[in-house]
Amino acid sequence: MKPIQINKILCICLLIFAVTDAKTQEYNAGHHEEAGGKLNVTEMILDHVGDAYDWHITTINGHHISIPLPVILCGQDGKWHLFSSSRLEHGHAEYRGFSIAQEGKYKGKIVEKDAITGEEIRTWDFSLTKNACSLLLSSIILIFLIMSCALWYKKRKAEDVSPKGFVGMIEMLIMSIVNDVIKPCIGKNYHRYSPYLLTVFFFIFFNNLMGIIPFFPGGANVTGNIAVTSVLAIFTFIVVNTFGTKEYWKEVFWPEVPMWLKVPIPIMPAIELVGVFTKPFALMIRLFANILAGHSIVLGLTSVIFITVSLGTAMNVGMSVLSVVMTIFIDFVELLVAFIQAYVFTMLSAVFIGLSQAESHHEKIKN
Amino acid sequence: MSLLTPDLGLLFWMLFAFGVVFFVLAKFGFPVIIKMVEERKAFIDMSLESAKEANARLTCIVEESEKILKEAHEKELQILKEADEMRLKVIAEAKQQAGVEAGKLISEARIAIQKEKETALRDVRNEIAMLSLGIAEKVLRRNLSDQSVQRELVEQLINEARIN
Repeated sequence: MKPIQINKILCICLLIFAVTDAKTQEYNAGHHEEAGGKLNVTEMILDHVGDAYDWHITTINGHHISIPLPVILCGQDGKWHLFSSSRLEHGHAEYRGFSIAQEGKYKGKIVEKDAITGEEIRTWDFSLTKNACSLLLSSIILIFLIMSCALWYKKRKAEDVSPKGFVGMIEMLIMSIVNDVIKPCIGKNYHRYSPYLLTVFFFIFFNNLMGIIPFFPGGANVTGNIAVTSVLAIFTFIVVNTFGTKEYWKEVFWPEVPMWLKVPIPIMPAIELVGVFTKPFALMIRLFANILAGHSIVLGLTSVIFITVSLGTAMNVGMSVLSVVMTIFIDFVELLVAFIQAYVFTMLSAVFIGLSQAESHHEKIKN
Repeated sequence: MSLLTPDLGLLFWMLFAFGVVFFVLAKFGFPVIIKMVEERKAFIDMSLESAKEANARLTCIVEESEKILKEAHEKELQILKEADEMRLKVIAEAKQQAGVEAGKLISEARIAIQKEKETALRDVRNEIAMLSLGIAEKVLRRNLSDQSVQRELVEQLINEARIN
């Protein structure tokens, strides 16, 4: 192996060690410690993969360093409130009658105390949470990246040399998605849908990658959040069903099966109709579960170090080494998963769109 | 925070973020790139096609030039052959002509010789006749008593004639 390659690998390894270290610091001295200095792993993981009103960066000597994010609320009185999340002090303070619920149904979310009954009421909450912020940030970066590539093309003619470097990589990605996924899955009308499917691919892929980065601009569990994946699934649902052909709807409500399956009890139409909704639902759950699981595994493996502290130094050192090795491995797997999940989501969306573009069998024979 | 219940605020922000990304990229981003790549592909295909055509034309030209060269060579050979044949023919003809001419000359000469011969013979005959007449005259003039003397005289006369 060339020395440069070895250097690169060493760099990556060091980076991952540093990252793991950063993670450990974050959760070691953080607020996940129960009485007696023990780490509550479940709570720590759930806290990480969930959403938050501030962007926690690190904790030094028990002092939290985090970026306060804007809280946007519509109170019971119908008035809109905008203030920094630092005013709530991680749930230790109340501001304008709002506070972060510490337990109960709305645990971790901002609730408003009813003035009369003292009941906690969930308000209209449009706060720029950690996930929302990460979403906006990565959206801006994504738009910037893709548009800079588009600009490169605008400045040139078809006769010019093909791009190299980053633009070339993006072109390779785009064209491989178009040629290997969109074109074969949709068929002749693929031109119409490729911008949407490419947007989906790059949006998921980029957010997945940002999620793998464990420190500030990344680290949020964006694509492992059901709200995010549900919006993506809804978009696919809309695209599939809005542009569905007559034949597609016919196959849903009056499929070519023996008559007794349709009349008097519409068994097949019912199944098909359920299928219309389960397809995007499966998309939503698949992406959500995969990314969530990835984040959880990395965190779980990292916390092995702190759990084994009580088992003695030798055991702790051994387990730490194992934990770091495993974390590195899982991080690489996550890199793969980041691509695969984006690819799968795009491919299945394309397949569903392709199914909704069904032509009647007679036409097919004619063609 | 429950993991399985989508948060309304995040739903809103996701809708907003994805909507904006979708709008911008689907309108100004990807179509530009795809169009350009397809144009480039078409251009490359066209270039390949024209290169192929040019190549074909070039081989055609090479073949044609070779053909022309071959033809020229053949023609050259043919011309040479024809020239050779012509030469031989001319020579043969000349020979024939010469033969004929020579024959003619010979026959003419022969005729002339014959004529000369005839004339000479005639002359000789005349001369002999004249001589005979002379001899006869002389014989008649002398007294031809003796046979031997007559013979002697005849011989003498012939000798004279021979001398003459």
